[in-house]
Amino acid sequence: MSHRSTPHTEGPSRNPGMPLDTSMFEGIRVNRPATERRADGFGSRRSVKKAYQAAWLVNAIRLIDLTTLAGDDTRGKVHRLCAKARNPLASHIREGLDLGNMPLTVGAVCVYPTMVPHAVEALDGSGIPVASVATGFPAGLMPLHLRLAEIEWTVAQGAHEIDIVITREHVLTGNWQALYDEIMAMREACGDAHLKVILATGELGTLSKVYAASMVAMQAGADFIKTSTGKEGVNATLPVSLTMVRALRDYGALTGHKIGFKPAGGIKSAKEALQWQVLMKEELGRPWLEPDLFRFGASSMLGDIERQLEHHVTGRYAASHRHAMS
Amino acid sequence: MKISEIMTDMDYGPAPEAQDIVQDWLGRHEAGFGHFIDGTFTGAGETFAVTNPATGGEIARVTQGTTADVDAAVAAARKAQPKWAGLQGHQRARHLYALARHVQQHARFLAVLESLDNGKPIRESRDADIPLVARHFYHHAGWAELVAEEFPDRQPWGVCGQIIPWNFPLLMLAWKVAPALAAGNTVVLKPAEYTPLTALAFAEIAAECGLPAGVLNIVTGDGATGAAIAGHDGVDKLAFTGSTEVGKILRRQTAGSGKGLTLELGGKSPFIVFEDADLDAAVEGVVDAIWFNQGQVCCAGSRVLVAEAIEARFTERLKARMARLTVGNPLDKNTDIGAIVHPVQRDRIAELVAQGRAEGAEIHQGAAPEGCFYPPTIITNAQPASVLSTEEIFGPVVTITPFRTPDDAVALANNTRYGLAASIWSEGITQALDIARQVKAGVIWVNGTNLFDAAAGFGGYRESGYGREGGREGMAAYMRSPARTGQETDLPALDPVPGGPTGAALDRTAKLFIGGKQARPDSGYVYQVNGAKGPIGLAALGSRKDIRNAVEAAAKASGWANTTGHQRAQILYYLGENLSARAEEFTARLTASGTKEKTARAEVEAAIARCFRYAAWADKFDGAVHNTVSGHVTLAMHEPLGVMGVVAPTEAPLAGLLSLMLPALAMGNRVVAVPSQTHPLSATDLYQVIETSDIPAGVVNIVTGPRDELARVLAQHDGVDALWYVGSARKQVEADSAGNLKQVWTEADGARDWAGSEGQSRDFLARATQVKNIWVPYGA
Repeated sequence: MSHRSTPHTEGPSRNPGMPLDTSMFEGIRVNRPATERRADGFGSRRSVKKAYQAAWLVNAIRLIDLTTLAGDDTRGKVHRLCAKARNPLASHIREGLDLGNMPLTVGAVCVYPTMVPHAVEALDGSGIPVASVATGFPAGLMPLHLRLAEIEWTVAQGAHEIDIVITREHVLTGNWQALYDEIMAMREACGDAHLKVILATGELGTLSKVYAASMVAMQAGADFIKTSTGKEGVNATLPVSLTMVRALRDYGALTGHKIGFKPAGGIKSAKEALQWQVLMKEELGRPWLEPDLFRFGASSMLGDIERQLEHHVTGRYAASHRHAMS
Repeated sequence: MKISEIMTDMDYGPAPEAQDIVQDWLGRHEAGFGHFIDGTFTGAGETFAVTNPATGGEIARVTQGTTADVDAAVAAARKAQPKWAGLQGHQRARHLYALARHVQQHARFLAVLESLDNGKPIRESRDADIPLVARHFYHHAGWAELVAEEFPDRQPWGVCGQIIPWNFPLLMLAWKVAPALAAGNTVVLKPAEYTPLTALAFAEIAAECGLPAGVLNIVTGDGATGAAIAGHDGVDKLAFTGSTEVGKILRRQTAGSGKGLTLELGGKSPFIVFEDADLDAAVEGVVDAIWFNQGQVCCAGSRVLVAEAIEARFTERLKARMARLTVGNPLDKNTDIGAIVHPVQRDRIAELVAQGRAEGAEIHQGAAPEGCFYPPTIITNAQPASVLSTEEIFGPVVTITPFRTPDDAVALANNTRYGLAASIWSEGITQALDIARQVKAGVIWVNGTNLFDAAAGFGGYRESGYGREGGREGMAAYMRSPARTGQETDLPALDPVPGGPTGAALDRTAKLFIGGKQARPDSGYVYQVNGAKGPIGLAALGSRKDIRNAVEAAAKASGWANTTGHQRAQILYYLGENLSARAEEFTARLTASGTKEKTARAEVEAAIARCFRYAAWADKFDGAVHNTVSGHVTLAMHEPLGVMGVVAPTEAPLAGLLSLMLPALAMGNRVVAVPSQTHPLSATDLYQVIETSDIPAGVVNIVTGPRDELARVLAQHDGVDALWYVGSARKQVEADSAGNLKQVWTEADGARDWAGSEGQSRDFLARATQVKNIWVPYGA
């Protein structure tokens, strides 16, 4: 396990990207029924029970990008979220789990750009990075220069990670060059901040397009690829995640670079936290259960995990109003 | 273990399935199980041990069934059968529905018991075996309800003897019992010696839900008990799932008995991966194909054929996937591969792999614990002649062989004596369906593998057996048309006379018709054909070599199977038309052989009518689209059997021959016909009509001569796919067919009026075809 004290002091070297190479994805056709069948297996073929389940849930906490992306976000709301990010588990649960002095925080806090200063303030000294959704989130249909300016502004406010959204049109029309150029420009605008590329897979239509878009994003220098904004009709699903993870594996096999993955949107339960971790372990192995390579975009999942862990500790079912809200 | 320690490795940890309820049940039966006969359990007799293969420990004792036990079970089934068959379909449906419901209620119990007894992972018994068992009973409750309407003029066989294997113990019971009961049969079933426990638990369930006594009887025991059932005079139909070796023994044992027989046997199924496949999907497909149920699956995709262009990439990915498989405790929910059913089977796998290694194959293996386990295994560099490429291993062992072109893939796929299943992986629907059509197998999965449903037929081509289980075609195997009896009189031996110029009193000498040409018999002899008033001609005395030549010619004429129904119809109509033009000549020929003129005229008319009838059918004997699982199209296609031997009835020599030949031709088969030995001349006249009717060379071949001798050569010929025989040597012909397990239909002479309406039936179309079920999952 790696424990961070300050953001970005560890982890793999960044993905430098490569020239656009459409041959890495143009022949690839992803078979949906087969992908769904395999995805079903992550829940049915693997099972973690008792102490193992508790450990896997604790690990999931480390992987959460604790998120608030609402129109009515305020400084107060963000501060509350950051407090939860620093102390994700009630102390009696921590003690019951015998975690000792294991540092346990979420992976990052994720907010809109204008909320970044509040998050930076609230997380000062915690080592928890601030992530922000820039680029005209969630549709991303602002003029490119404004989107790039938004990234630069957000990074200047102290964001360590930028979650950008791609122009879906480029994927739907197969304009890979435009997609590549756009993401590369955003990567440059990010500077030292890590780039997470949201594909908005719910709007891409087919898994073959998801694979292709993943590959272009990585070629353009994405540090992470991410499923969804949380605002599409269909958010993170296991079959989509499996497709992206396989693209990430293939990119790594060809270039040697490890890319991170972030499913986001609609992931609410502890059970899902287990399924996605199983997917990562089965398809990519142990390194992808660390926050430098895997994050959940989630706002309410932490609450369910805390409830499940309390049950593990006390043997009684918990009620959410007894846990600190975020 | 501490949470923080677990977080270091992030292992899955143990996830054991509780087994206390099953252990309690086994404890209650500690004294040993008896048989289930006539609605009650007998006391335990001489017992043998049933073991848990994962531990080697004894978990129960069951009774070795004696012939007396089998007698009692058959008698109980016989007694119960009329009343069971006499119930309204609806009443039988309620019973089957109750069985389905109760299986669901006891689902977890049955899953745990199955895993304990067989060694299969609990995930599979829980998610695959037992849900399919329930599904099978629900589906057949439906058939019980509908059988009278959907299968008019058919009747149940009576008492069915059923012998099932150890790889899917309860599921195979369901596949056998559900259709049998739905159709109105009663059952005597023997579960496998290694895995009898879920069948006994099922017997308790049957009693619990009020299935009438005697309708289902379960007798446990080894092969001797199975042989007693197979050979029992009181058994009307035998259904067997197991090895091809035993299937052949049963074919010989039941020859001439009039028993119905369906066989679901071994396989060496190809798994074909094209360059345009989703490689990850195909890799996962191999996991489901060969590492499902420890590879102990008759339809396991055990021969991966992969496009050479992607072979290296595919093999590398498969090896990486194999490394992540967990082998071990069947009752742990994280186990991918459980225990091999028995040390004997484990040793057999190890021995075959050792033999393959000695032959030069390269072996790549995962890890497996000590005991009755075998690691997942990939074999590369196994040549087509290697034992690993030809033998059914029945273990988690898969070979990888590269191919160059689609034709090459098909040739490799069909280079086997089996024909049970095939998987085809390609994102191109055009290519995938082309290959699906060409591979000789009863079940084809496109971009999938090991897909099952009660509504689809399952069963093989070639030495993988015959008959289907599941769906409408499976129901058909549990019913028959009313039996016909005829005369079992042998024909006189033929005296060879030298061929050559004949006396003026005799007509010309008829030759054989092989490969579209008239041919002299290899023997160089002819035989005298007599009419009512003495000799009327000479016919060629055909022999083994003529049959050999005829089969060779028929095999070459394979293009006939690919003609459209419309094309075949045109040719058969033309045949009828040409026959009609020469009606007077044929009438005279039949009259000369002793038939009254009026009868002869009617027979010629019937022959012409047959041409029209089967021309009509040629493009109308459609398959079906089965209603299986969501997101899949399941096509049941009727395919010709290939080269068929047709041995014609003695009487009605023209109409009889055509009544058999025409349905075979209409469905796309090539025919080697042996005409009536006594009255062959109308058949030999026929080849002149055939020559003028655009029937391609080799599609019809006619060999006259000693009927039973020629029939037996056909029966023994491995290149003949099916044989229809009318005559008195049925027992020999059926026994001889065991060599390649060709499909055989026999009837006694005189059992029907071949020139009358009985001479034509849809049954002949069904017999002239086999059903290929093609599964195509879809999803954009």
